[in-house]
Amino acid sequence: MVNEFAVEMQDILKQFITPEGGILAAVNHVTMQIQDGEFFSLLGPSGCGKTTSLRMIGGFELPTTGRILIHGKEMSQVPAFRRPVNTVFQQYALFPHMTVEQNIGFGLEMKGIGRAERSKRVSEALEMVRLPGMELRRANQLSGGQQQRIALARALVNKPEVLLLDEPLGALDLKLRKEMQLELKTLQREVGITFIYVTHDQEEALTMSDRIAVMSKGVALQVGKPEEIYERPANKFVADFIGETNFLDGVVKGQSGSMVEIELAGTGTVRVESSRKFTNGQQVSVAVRPEKARLNAEVKDGNNLKGQVEDVIYIGTDTHYGVRFVGGQKVRVREQNISQAHKEIAKTGDEVTVSFTRTSPRILTE
Amino acid sequence: MLKFFRRNKSSQLFGLISPGVLWILIFFNLPLLIMLFISVVERGRAGGIKIPPVYTIENYRQLFNACVSQFAGPECNPFLYLGIFGHSVRIGLMVTFLCIVLGYPLAYFMAKQKPIWRDTLMILVIIPFWTNFLVRTYALKSVLATEGLLNSFLMNLHLVNQPLNLLFNEFAVVIGLIYGYLPFAILPMYTSIEKFDHTLMEAAADLGASPRRAFLRVMLPMTLPGVVAALVLVFVPVVGAFITPDIMGGGKVEMIGTLINRQFGVARNWPFGSAMSMVLMLLVLIGVIAYFRSGSEESRSVL
Repeated sequence: MVNEFAVEMQDILKQFITPEGGILAAVNHVTMQIQDGEFFSLLGPSGCGKTTSLRMIGGFELPTTGRILIHGKEMSQVPAFRRPVNTVFQQYALFPHMTVEQNIGFGLEMKGIGRAERSKRVSEALEMVRLPGMELRRANQLSGGQQQRIALARALVNKPEVLLLDEPLGALDLKLRKEMQLELKTLQREVGITFIYVTHDQEEALTMSDRIAVMSKGVALQVGKPEEIYERPANKFVADFIGETNFLDGVVKGQSGSMVEIELAGTGTVRVESSRKFTNGQQVSVAVRPEKARLNAEVKDGNNLKGQVEDVIYIGTDTHYGVRFVGGQKVRVREQNISQAHKEIAKTGDEVTVSFTRTSPRILTE
Repeated sequence: MLKFFRRNKSSQLFGLISPGVLWILIFFNLPLLIMLFISVVERGRAGGIKIPPVYTIENYRQLFNACVSQFAGPECNPFLYLGIFGHSVRIGLMVTFLCIVLGYPLAYFMAKQKPIWRDTLMILVIIPFWTNFLVRTYALKSVLATEGLLNSFLMNLHLVNQPLNLLFNEFAVVIGLIYGYLPFAILPMYTSIEKFDHTLMEAAADLGASPRRAFLRVMLPMTLPGVVAALVLVFVPVVGAFITPDIMGGGKVEMIGTLINRQFGVARNWPFGSAMSMVLMLLVLIGVIAYFRSGSEESRSVL
């Protein structure tokens, strides 16, 4: 089937001329396929090209080279007002001189839908974002959270093929943001429209997305389901950006089957399972998630490394321990405070053992 | 005295604004009252007013019925002055419209530039103000004259066979007025456009509005305050203008301003000049109020 994908980016290059006169590739040969009905996030730090990518799908920027297809139709040179997509802007961009009803009805009016039908669909849209009866308010009389919902209603009322969201929750406070995350996710399932969501907040992306593309410096480093990205990061950047990770630098000493033996300078040898092939002497990093390491709880057939506690940080649900190995490398270990006893596994200065299984770490080369 | 000012907030405020208030009272309101007074008394034999003053409304009546003494008796034309009023308003509207139509894209272009270019362009718009208005008008006259710059240029290029009649007609007056008042239209519109958030145009495009519709439905209504300010700032002085019609029209284009100017000058009829000034003021006032009324209603229904 040709129209299997809601959006396809084919080898998209977008270059800008910098104020100094140089050329900057904001998006550098990115190819991505976004499936129909999927909640897809573009995740990365500022300047990684996620917003530029979104703007190219929306039609606000045109790619330098490459093609953009929406449901199989070539869109690369089609102006924004003729594209079957709608956008929720970062600062909402509601029309301040119009009422809520006029704002939400704007897209329908542009399509030539009559007043009666329009007003019916506007109130349905307000119902959907749980702000019924707000029709006659002015856009600039609303709170941030309300504006956010109106912006959402204004986009969704047009029943777009794809909804683009540019950090829509960025301006809200934490509690409201968490609420809206769940609401957005639920809403997306209900309406069944493909959402493309730009964010720099990894937790937000993990919470809401069906799939995530992690971007950095104009390149899509990894595209996958949240658990894939978290459990099997493709490289150090992804591992570091999504959640917290300890990187233990070392050299490959040998490999037998799927078991890789890695010498950590001065600290000892660890054995890690991996399906990939490594050469002896290769420089690698062993990425260990803090919650997958244990303190003073030796793992049989696992890796047990000696070190000294340097700091203890109690954060309520967890306690974080900073442990320095003999070789000088430092790891963070997160212990959940399930019971009172867990709170006092070790104190600053204690000699401890840090343990992790052979399957939990990931060997990264770049 | 100082203690009193310090103790009392409102008297403190009075102390601060009183210089401005006094200025307006002495140099604006008082002369206006004097003018009102002159407009309702009979003229003196050799100019000025008759002393002691004789009250009359003849000056106002004369406006609606101009009578000129002829050999065969007085000849009256009730529409002479009204025609000139109408003509002035028509020129005022035309100049205002053209200033806004020419100024808006320019203001938009300026607002879209990088700050450094913006300032440069702004200075270029303001620079003409640094030169005397009279000098500029004469300069423009020499450009449009029969043997002037523009005609010589067109003749040398053989685009025309004989010099065009560009001066001493309504065209010249309109050109002169646009030249003089365009900056007054640009500046307030620039301020409005500069404040306008361009994301709103993207939002309109996103919702399916073509560039033209996005402009009409979003950008124009939101920058309307600047357009209205431009309208008032240009229309009011242009309707009463007298230097430009005098120089560029060469006495052939009569506007209220030149008419009033003549009453105080060669005609030595202060009371009639004052009466016309009062009527002009009233006319402009009614026009502006009516516009604001309709403007606000429009904004309520359309926006």
